[in-house]
Amino acid sequence: MISHLGSYSLIFCTIFAFLIILQSAKLIGNQSKIFLKKIYTIITLQLFFVIFSFSCLLIAFVSSDFSNITVYNNSHTEKPFFYKISGVWGNHEGSLLLWLLVLVLFLFLFILDTKNYDNKYKLLTVIFQEIIILGFLLFIIITSNPFDYIFPVPLEGLGLNPILQDPALAIHPPILYIGYVGTSLIFSSSLAAVINNTVNSEWAKQIKKWVFLSWIFLTLGIMLGSIWAYYELGWGGFWFWDPVENVSLMPWFCLTALLHTILVLEKRNALKNWTIVLSIATFSLSMSGTFLVRSGILNSIHTFANDPSRGVFILTFLFFLILLAIIVLFIYLENDKKNSNNFNILSKETAVLVNNWFMMYFLSVVLIGTIYPIFLEVFTNEKISVGPPFYQKLMIPFLIPFFIFMSFGPRVKWIKDKLKKINYTQIIVFISSLIIAYIIFSNSSVSYLFSSFLIAASIFLVLNSLYDFFSKSVQIPQKISHFSFSILILSILLNGIYSEEFNSNMKVGDELKFIDKTIKFKGINFDEKDNYKLLRGDFEVIDSGKNTLRFNPEIRIYNQPVISTSEADIKTNLFNDNFIVFTLLKDNEIFNVRYQHKPFMIWIWISIIMLAFGGTLAVIKYGK
Amino acid sequence: MVNKKIKLFLILSSTIFIFFTLYLGLNKNNYYTTENIVYKKIENFESYEFFSNKKINFKNISPDKKYIILNIWSSWCLPCRKEHKNLTELRENIEADLIGLNYKDKFENAKSFLSELGNPYDIILKDENGLISIEIGAYGVPETYLINNINKKIIKKYLGPINEENIKEIQSLVNQ
Repeated sequence: MISHLGSYSLIFCTIFAFLIILQSAKLIGNQSKIFLKKIYTIITLQLFFVIFSFSCLLIAFVSSDFSNITVYNNSHTEKPFFYKISGVWGNHEGSLLLWLLVLVLFLFLFILDTKNYDNKYKLLTVIFQEIIILGFLLFIIITSNPFDYIFPVPLEGLGLNPILQDPALAIHPPILYIGYVGTSLIFSSSLAAVINNTVNSEWAKQIKKWVFLSWIFLTLGIMLGSIWAYYELGWGGFWFWDPVENVSLMPWFCLTALLHTILVLEKRNALKNWTIVLSIATFSLSMSGTFLVRSGILNSIHTFANDPSRGVFILTFLFFLILLAIIVLFIYLENDKKNSNNFNILSKETAVLVNNWFMMYFLSVVLIGTIYPIFLEVFTNEKISVGPPFYQKLMIPFLIPFFIFMSFGPRVKWIKDKLKKINYTQIIVFISSLIIAYIIFSNSSVSYLFSSFLIAASIFLVLNSLYDFFSKSVQIPQKISHFSFSILILSILLNGIYSEEFNSNMKVGDELKFIDKTIKFKGINFDEKDNYKLLRGDFEVIDSGKNTLRFNPEIRIYNQPVISTSEADIKTNLFNDNFIVFTLLKDNEIFNVRYQHKPFMIWIWISIIMLAFGGTLAVIKYGK
Repeated sequence: MVNKKIKLFLILSSTIFIFFTLYLGLNKNNYYTTENIVYKKIENFESYEFFSNKKINFKNISPDKKYIILNIWSSWCLPCRKEHKNLTELRENIEADLIGLNYKDKFENAKSFLSELGNPYDIILKDENGLISIEIGAYGVPETYLINNINKKIIKKYLGPINEENIKEIQSLVNQ
């Protein structure tokens, strides 16, 4: 019953989408407010029906209505309430419905936000956005309807993959989707601005907060995924250069570039074409993300759909939108007279451009690493695997100039800045960062010339961003975000260089030495929880200073479906994370034990949250 | 104007090219199976002999043998320990050389592994960073390959520790 309601409201939404597109197209020349009101009403209705439809699925999940095939496939009566809710978007069909919900919601908010703007611009944005909404509606109804039902009704569901039963992962998709979908609005509105010939400071000012908003959510969404990978997978890493991770990182690079460029457009009315290209590219990359993840073209933990017809649909739709954008650009886009060549070399404009070059470089590396294997396989039938070494070798060397540039960039003034002959402070700061890097490295076994330069460059960036805190020419959101970014980079680098791992097979009672630590396996005990049985290990790690850390990692055996997972026990403090994870090898007797020491782990998360917080301050400031 | 048209043409054609490539990519099977690798030729690689550290070319290995068996192992891998007695048994009853590929291992650990359990290998090659195994197409340890040593093509691949049945199969394949 509830599934039928949900299904019908989706059909209503489709009809509304058609109506809105037709009506808006008719009204473009007309400036009358009455007709506009009508369109707003339909958009509100559409939002209502999408929310309604989403609620239907939510109710079906909460009440464990197994006549619904999505619920049957992904839920179970014994599942905790919280995960019944997150189960709604923990699958292909439901996640698309969530995507749709955010799409419609954003359009609605956009309309509220642009009350005083030009009608033609608004209507065009509505049309483009509704085309995207329509595409997703058709996709859902034709290929992945979450409200399909099965008969006879099964008594019990198949359960949600336990590895997905994690708080960080439960909110990861909605947050990431808000980021992705936010870029759709940037896409629609930039095409509208191109046609309306209003790509100018005013447009930049209006769209800026949407850029920041999407960026904040994308940043947090990526972080949540990463937190999940770190805590749940227990591999000790937080970024694996998995194609699906890359797919979320690509729009992030693009959006970060756009975030800076849009300010140039706002303040100096320049870089118009480049801003538009970035806006379109960001959305295309977000959509490609959906395509790559949802089509099953990549083999990854995120791959839900293995039905090629779905892949073909998204692919066609994605390229339809890209072609649409290209055609609009070619017909309407004027030559950018204020060319970037006219910028003074020492100006904020140039600084932003340099930032963009770096972002584009990082983007290309990730893009090639992710897409190239697909191309190669199609043409030569050869499978290659592109792993972390590829990305690290191509990106890390470029980080040094990037950090040094980023240390100065934010301070450069608009239009033209003066170059001081000798800046003693900078020289002192630079020398002190080299000294700090040297001290860090002299105390450790790692001694690579290259790493010490890298660390020196990032310390230089941290010191400079800290110095910017007291500078008047830099704005507060920027101060916070740049400083957090420098902390993020420094923690990632130190984490990468100083991480230690111990891996061995152990029996209860074993005691092993690892560098200056002793690892004792004291015992195991069994326990039973709501939806899983568990095996808890008891470990002690004693370091050279006789400090003892106790660890109780778990092996969980879920009953629905029967899957066993390893829960790491992580001890976090301000300076490092220590953790032990163990897996069963044989007869509850022999275990594979991994102990890891990860310095500055917590600072990675803190700095990303601070980075997003800086963005939030910007939104609040621009929103006024 | 002409310039603009050329640009449009280039952008459109590359977009369409990407579209079709991805479209074709959709229809391929993206799961690894052992069948994918069978009858594939192993490209020549260079490695170092485990004890002497002498450079060895894969193509020059056991020139007088028609078949070789390549076993990827490591001292830290528990299943390798389990399969060791089977490997020893296999080596004793077959007319082929057993080549060990020591995957991402520490020399000392590997040596004590061999001194504890015995060394069934005719030659052991080092694969310190795991690249050789990736090139061959391995995705775990242990893995065992029966290889035609004349054309260097893989005849059969075994994932995980080999068992009694595998041994019989390898013997019958070699004796054919």
